[in-house]
This record gives sequence, C-alpha cells and structure tokens, in this order.
Amino acid sequence: MKIIFKTALCLMAAVMLAGCERPPIETVQTGFRGTGMEQIYNPRTLAKQASLNAAPAAPEAADAEGPKAKDVYKNVQVLGDLSVGQFNRHMASITQWVSPEAGCAYCHNVQNFADDDKYTKVVARRMIQMTQKVNQDYKAHVAETGVTCYTCHRGNNVPTQVWTAPKDRLYANSLLGDLAGQNMATKAAGLTSLPSDPFSPYLMNAQPIRVNSDTAMTGAGAYANRTSTKQAEFTYSLMVHMSESLGVNCTYCHNTRNFASWEESRPQRVTAWHGIKMARDLNNDYIIPLTDKFPANRLGPKGDVAKVNCSTCHQGAYKPLYGAQMAKDFPELQALAKP
Amino acid sequence: MAEYQNLFTSVQPVGPLHDGIELPRGDDKRTGTPFLVHLLGRIGNAQIGPVYLGSLGVASLVFGIAAFNIIGFNMLASVDWNPIQLIRQLFWLALEPPPPAYGLSIPPLAEGGWWLVVGFMLTVSILLWWARTYRRARQLGLGTHVAWAFAAAIWLYLVCGFFRPIMMGSWSEAVPFGIFPHLDWVSAISLRYGNLFYNPFHALSIVFLYGSALLFAMHGATILAVGRYGGEREIEQIVDRGTASERAALFWRWTMGFNATMESIHRWAWWFAVLCPLVGGIGILLTGTVVDNWYLWSVKHHVVPAYPLVSPLVVDPAILGVKP
Repeated sequence: MKIIFKTALCLMAAVMLAGCERPPIETVQTGFRGTGMEQIYNPRTLAKQASLNAAPAAPEAADAEGPKAKDVYKNVQVLGDLSVGQFNRHMASITQWVSPEAGCAYCHNVQNFADDDKYTKVVARRMIQMTQKVNQDYKAHVAETGVTCYTCHRGNNVPTQVWTAPKDRLYANSLLGDLAGQNMATKAAGLTSLPSDPFSPYLMNAQPIRVNSDTAMTGAGAYANRTSTKQAEFTYSLMVHMSESLGVNCTYCHNTRNFASWEESRPQRVTAWHGIKMARDLNNDYIIPLTDKFPANRLGPKGDVAKVNCSTCHQGAYKPLYGAQMAKDFPELQALAKP
Repeated sequence: MAEYQNLFTSVQPVGPLHDGIELPRGDDKRTGTPFLVHLLGRIGNAQIGPVYLGSLGVASLVFGIAAFNIIGFNMLASVDWNPIQLIRQLFWLALEPPPPAYGLSIPPLAEGGWWLVVGFMLTVSILLWWARTYRRARQLGLGTHVAWAFAAAIWLYLVCGFFRPIMMGSWSEAVPFGIFPHLDWVSAISLRYGNLFYNPFHALSIVFLYGSALLFAMHGATILAVGRYGGEREIEQIVDRGTASERAALFWRWTMGFNATMESIHRWAWWFAVLCPLVGGIGILLTGTVVDNWYLWSVKHHVVPAYPLVSPLVVDPAILGVKP
C-alpha cells in the first residue's frame, strides 16, 4: 500500500514537472529595477531559433554595365532598368527564395518566359513591388535592414506564416453554441481563449486598438470612453500575436504597470506601431487586390487571400532573420522602380 | 495497538450510524441511509448521509442543473457536437454574454440570449441555496454565520454578472461562463481599466485573501500543536480555557506579543474571509462606473512612484501626425 502510494506520488511529481521548461533561463533587464521590465530567454531554445532564422549567402554582385533587361527581354515591367546580368542574378535569387524545387517553371511558362499566363508570375511581380515599397517607405519599421522575398518566403512557395479569416463552424447558424469569435484554442491567439481573429479588425480594417482612458475618472456623454471589455480582449489577442511572433514578452515594448503610456514604453513600441500600420497597408494595397488572381486552392475557407501579419516576417525572432543585413545585397529591391 | 489520541488521528472510532437530531415540525425527512467510507474517515467524518434536501434544496438543484446543462450543450454545440472536441477544448469553451451592441436589451438566444437565461437560472439556484443554508442553520438552532459568509461571495458574483453590467448599461460587460474565458475576462477588464492592481479595493481584497490563508495556517498549526492537550475542543475552551489554550496563547504572546483567544480567532478568520469578496466587489463595482483608469487614479492620489525613464524619450507616433 505504502509502495503504491509512493510510486503514485513520484509519478505525479514527474507528470507535473514534465510541463516545465528545462533550465537554464536567462533574464535580461530592459527597464528600471523593480518595474519587471525584462526578457526571459532559454539559450537552448534560442540557439534552435537562431538556426531556423539564418539568412542565405548572397550571390556575387553582377556587372551593372551592358544592355538593360527591358531591351533584351520582353514584358519586363518592374526590373527592366537592371543590366541583363543583374536581372538574371535577381531571378536566380528569387528562385532560391521562393521556389527552390519547382524552379523557374513555378512562375514562368518555360516555352515563353515573357508570358503572363501563370498567376504566380503576376503575383510575384506585385510582390517585388511590395518589397520595394516596404524598403522605400516603411523605414520606420524595417530601418536600413530592409526586407527581401526571403524574409517571408524562406524557400516556400507561400510563406508559412500567413492568415485567412477563420472558417465558420459547421452549425454556425444554430440556436446554440455561439463562440463570439473566441473561446477556442487557436494558434492565432497564442492558445488562449481570446478572440481567434485579431487580424481582420486591426491588420485589414483599422479598428481602434487603444482601449484605455487618459483620464482617471469616467467621463459622461461625449467624454465617455465606450470601449468595452470585449474590445480589450481583441486588443489583448493582437498583442499576444505580436508577442508570439517576436518571441518576446509584453515588457519588450511596454511598462506593464501602465500599458498605455508611451513615455514609460521602450522605443521598440514605436517600431511596432509602424509595423501594425505597415501590415495593414500591405494587406490592403498589395495583397487583397490580388485576390482574384489566385486559384481557389490558395484562398482561405472564406475565399479570402492569405494575408500578412507580424509572424509572416518575424517568425519568432525579434527582428526577422535576427537582423541579418540581407537586403543591402539587392539594391534593386530598395526603391520602387519607376513605371 | 493504535491509540486514540484526538480527532486528528487516523484511528476511526465507529459507533452506531445516526440521522442526527429530531427536526422541528414542518421539516422534510432526511434522504438516504447513512453508510461509512473508511478513506473519507481519514480526512473527515466517515459517515456519509443522510442529506437534508427539502424544497429549497430541490428547487436550487433543479435551477442549477438546468443552468449547467444549458452551458454544457452550448459548449457542445460550439464544437459542432463533437464529444471528443468538447473534452479537448473544455477549458477554452464558454457561454459568452451578448455583444456590446445589445446593451441591456434582450438579445436573440444564439447571440447571448442563452447567457441571460443561464445567468438567471444560476442566480436563482444560488439564492435558493443561500436560503437553504440560512434555514438549515436556524432549524438546527445555529447562528447564521455560514449563510452570511456565503452571502459575501454571492455579492461578488452579482457585482460581476449583474450589478456592474446594469450600471454600465451593457450585458457584454459580464463574465462569460467558461474556465479560461472567465480568466481572460479578468485580465481584459484589468487591461481596459488601467491595471486593476492600482484599485485600492482590489488591494484590500488581496490582503484579506492572503490574510485568510495565513490565519488559516496559523490557527490550524496552533490547534494541531496543542492537540496533545485536547486543544481541538475549541468550543468548550472558549469558556473553559484549560492547559491547551493557555499554552497556545502563551506561544503567540511570547513570539509576537499578542494572542487571539479561542473565540476571537474564529471571528478573525470569518471577517477576513467575508471581507475578501466584500471589498473586492466594491472595487469591481467602481470600475468603469466611477473610475475609468485605476493607474491614473493612483497617480492622481500620489500613490504611484515615479521611476527614472531608462529609454530615450518615446513619443506616441499617432500625435506626430501619422495616422494609425
């Protein structure tokens, strides 16, 4: 009896401990002492993360001299001002970044490379413009590091971290079982029971993210802050997504005693703010307009196109590819090509 | 041979099973034939039953079971009637109050209407159970301390799910019925109203919560320690101290200069426990109705320390003319 009891106790302890993360845990202080502003890392998981987020080596720069791509090839709309050497270098890189297995044929009709028949080519052209736009106009978020196709694609035809509107449950119109857009274990909400689609309201539409009042007492009439607790849950869910995407906790940006305060925040919060704006703009200006170009199997359960969020680029790293200076080797992606 | 020392030994003295005292006229019969469970006898009384159900108990159970089932079937429906998903997602699932757009009006059943139905049934069930604890205590010739302590908990329940939503003009402010969802509601309401840790009533509530645990540990330890002198006969010792209470009193007087008495320690414990939800409820009731940002409220009342800013000056980009 005692033996059974002790064995059960040991087993229980083992089960409880199995849920824990194996040490060591390293703490990095980022704010004034006592404010709890610190990042927590496990060097083991960090090493694994780092190996997953390494940038590939850039091919040798091509000669800028010689005939231009637009004069040699047909139907070159975006990168026509490159020399043929530079243009081919770019095409080779894009193949490595986006379709290393299918090769050129993923986008091109190999009988006629100028042909726009394949949707992938049309999408790729627009995505090159998007990359140029990001590097040119969103320096507040991507700084001088910039982005390339690889930042999101990582060798995949479609970036692994994208979002579509979640599908309705089977009996969505039934009298029972309203989920109110939350209360399911979803990856989007970081396995919390918070709203499972924080993207549509904030990264596609521009619903207000801020929920706090800037006055201590409740205002009346026009001065009242009508933001509901449920809205706070949506904001919370977006913040969980950002935190998960960057592999950081709340205090990476905020002083948690007063989430709303900018003065007490870290400058990273400003970068993140521009990131939200950037993701929203890219979805609306570049990705959603491409919806009818995609075949049905590339669309989400509700027929919407796969869109970007924070993890599309970040993929668990506080800076995509841990800040690898990859874009500088591709000057053709630095600014919007002249039409 | 095992020796019977006091109530806390694992030796179980077994006598004839009994129903308890005769009940006054007008009361129901007790339900069930009593029986013994040895394992339960190790942590309490080995005798199970009989139970006094009565009309209040039956009515309370009917409403309670109805509420429980409506919640359960809503959860089951929300995973498309898949019982495996019901178990897997049980901690995530919930019956959610109506969306904010409905205010205090009656929403359709599928959009929070069930929440209102369940809220009503559960509240009726709880209030009936309260009446039952009150009436049972009276019929046994007891004071009504348990009923009033229970009422303190009901107060907090009603503040969260009834009084505050009405004052806010929206059922959506109420708590969802679900395990994680109600915890997320707790986090969200704190985030929305500028950090509930700066709500002084929340702070008081925590004092009484942790205080209750501390008092419970101190009292339990003291009585166990003087068990060898018959210290567990606390009620008799209120009027007739004896060496156990004397020693217990001396222990605390010598270690911290003050001691409670055999009677007062129970009043300490009762008030700490009761004040925990009582003040907590006041704090929640003021949240959003009177105070909209507890952090700023605390700044206003000079209870927030100012720390030097470590980062360079960070300015809200929205006020720099960039539209969010």
